[in-house]
Amino acid sequence: MNKHLFTSGHTACAGCGQAIAARLVVDAAGANTIVANNTGCLEVFSTKYPESAWEIPWIHSLFENAAAVASGIEAALIYLGKKDAINVIAQGGDGGTADIGLQALSGMLERGHDVLYVCYDNEAYMNTGVQRSGLTPFDTNTTTSPVGGKSTGNIRPKKPMPEIANAHGIPYVATASTGFPQDIQRKVKKALSIKGPKYIQIHVPCPLGWRHEPKETFEVAKLAVETGLYPLIEYENGVLVAVRKLNPPKPVEEYLKAQGRFKHLLSNPEEIKRIQEIADNNIRKYNLKTEQENVSPAS
Amino acid sequence: MKEFLEGSQAVARIIQLCKPGVISAYPITPQTHIVEELAQMVADGHLNARFVNVESEHSAASVVLGASATGVRVFTATSSQGLLYMAEVLFNIAGLRLPVVLTCANRSVSAPINIWNDHQDSVSLRDSGWVQLFAEDIQEAADFHLIAYRLAEDKTMMLPVMVCMDGFILTHGIESVEVPTQEQVDTFLPTYQPLYKLDPENPVTIGPLVDPEYYMETRYAIQETHKEGLKLIPKITAEFSRVFGRIYNGLIEEYRTKDAERVIVGMGSVCGTIKEVVDELRAKGKKVGLLKITSYRPFPGSQIYEALKNIPKVGVIDRALSLGSYAPLASEVKAVFFGKTKKPKIISSFILGLGGRDITKYSIKEIFRLLNTKEKQGEFIDLKPELLKENYE
Repeated sequence: MNKHLFTSGHTACAGCGQAIAARLVVDAAGANTIVANNTGCLEVFSTKYPESAWEIPWIHSLFENAAAVASGIEAALIYLGKKDAINVIAQGGDGGTADIGLQALSGMLERGHDVLYVCYDNEAYMNTGVQRSGLTPFDTNTTTSPVGGKSTGNIRPKKPMPEIANAHGIPYVATASTGFPQDIQRKVKKALSIKGPKYIQIHVPCPLGWRHEPKETFEVAKLAVETGLYPLIEYENGVLVAVRKLNPPKPVEEYLKAQGRFKHLLSNPEEIKRIQEIADNNIRKYNLKTEQENVSPAS
Repeated sequence: MKEFLEGSQAVARIIQLCKPGVISAYPITPQTHIVEELAQMVADGHLNARFVNVESEHSAASVVLGASATGVRVFTATSSQGLLYMAEVLFNIAGLRLPVVLTCANRSVSAPINIWNDHQDSVSLRDSGWVQLFAEDIQEAADFHLIAYRLAEDKTMMLPVMVCMDGFILTHGIESVEVPTQEQVDTFLPTYQPLYKLDPENPVTIGPLVDPEYYMETRYAIQETHKEGLKLIPKITAEFSRVFGRIYNGLIEEYRTKDAERVIVGMGSVCGTIKEVVDELRAKGKKVGLLKITSYRPFPGSQIYEALKNIPKVGVIDRALSLGSYAPLASEVKAVFFGKTKKPKIISSFILGLGGRDITKYSIKEIFRLLNTKEKQGEFIDLKPELLKENYE
């Protein structure tokens, strides 16, 4: 593609996984797309007046209402007889999706709007300074789940958002990762070919909040998938239809040691063991490790 | 044609004639009858609109925000906690300059929970940038929605409008209402033509981050637009009169104030009660009158000044509070006269009818009586002193 629909000149940090993923999403969606964006890093770094990185119609209202705004856009397009020709995407970060925006998202999914919701999951409130969210992993050091004499970081595992979305009985749910760009675009195109509500959650490294080198964004993203901590899965009509296989899964320590947010765990084998259990549970639950060939058409 | 209609039915009939493309609402008493009527019209194929049943008022406001930004005429309605839950979105709609029309079926605010009428909900949203028009009766409530769309969508305004109608008293009351024809409405209210919209043919970014270099001008612009609104509202109501025959000033209504010595200032359905008392007292030779404020936002300061500058004694009725300070409407009416040489000798402030406490003709007569005493500051009328005694032993 010669012309990107999310253009350069925005003010994202070097190595921002969200900026990369957002460009992949809108480029895959194409020019006949309207985007409703929650408040968050993406909105802030892409639209500082009088500049905008968006080459498609784009609206930002509030932190938690992109799913409802997109519902209104979809309803208006149906009224105007234009819905079949135009994609509607609602998008936000992990906090805007899984915490403050969960109600609006649930409403949108339940009502059956023909909208694709994209959650850019960088696993904390990065825009406000790395506070923990419902999608922050277990034992993560953030500014509001700090490590201390009585704390090894965030006390809870990630809220199972893909399963929560899937429980709404919608036609398509998938996870993706900045580490696998073609897979993101394939999933976006597939989602947009299906009528009804769709949910894609993309793991997007944040060098600032995760404390890794900007040049390591793709490597860190891949490690999350390859350890089983961020399984790439696809549900169609409630049925798990594809997963990215791990041959073989890498130990979680490889992923943890690449990031400052987990540095406190490296001298704590007990905690690493607990995180390995989370990965092992994912591997079992989604059957990520088998002898057969990769069933996902993903590269 | 005149029809005998419930207030909510009358509003729904007018909204139907205004042809919104998207309607979204969440159930809350006493607003529900309006949207139930509209849902039935859509179900029967008598209104070609998308009716979006949402999971909250926050999303109802967000849905109409998104639809309005896509260039479609929209409608929503709410009350009380629903309006407060929408508050964040309502400020946003005004800031985005979207011509949303909302009916507020005025109801008190919790706690304690109370479903009955006062003005605390919409008065609490007075700083949001929305135009607020208060209706006295069902005919006004119906007509003000027509005026609301014309005003909101006028290129000099491009601001949302809230039509405030007293919960139960007007939403559930039944009156004889003149319902216009579709032809009349189409003459008065042309198809909505947005200045900007979300459209892949001409992509725009709506709702960007605006830093200190630019933000203040956006707020200044809304403030200036409200001043324009004070000129535009009478123009629109004049045109309304030409098409529909009913005459509204749109900002204020002066009722027997010309030679009055005592005038009560009020908003909403209480004005009907005040008019009756004024007529009774006038029949006894008392020089009393009413100043009804229709447009609470924009606040018609100079019109209020002209109406009251020669009135010796003025009493302002508030059906809401600014807890910890002066009553909201009274403090603004007083501000109109600050530093002026011509002004009432007394501007007394009265609080009444909170949480549905009946405002009777006796309540109004008591206010007229109190205007003959010294100036009152936030005097509660119809309080029950026996309920205020409590032992903490």
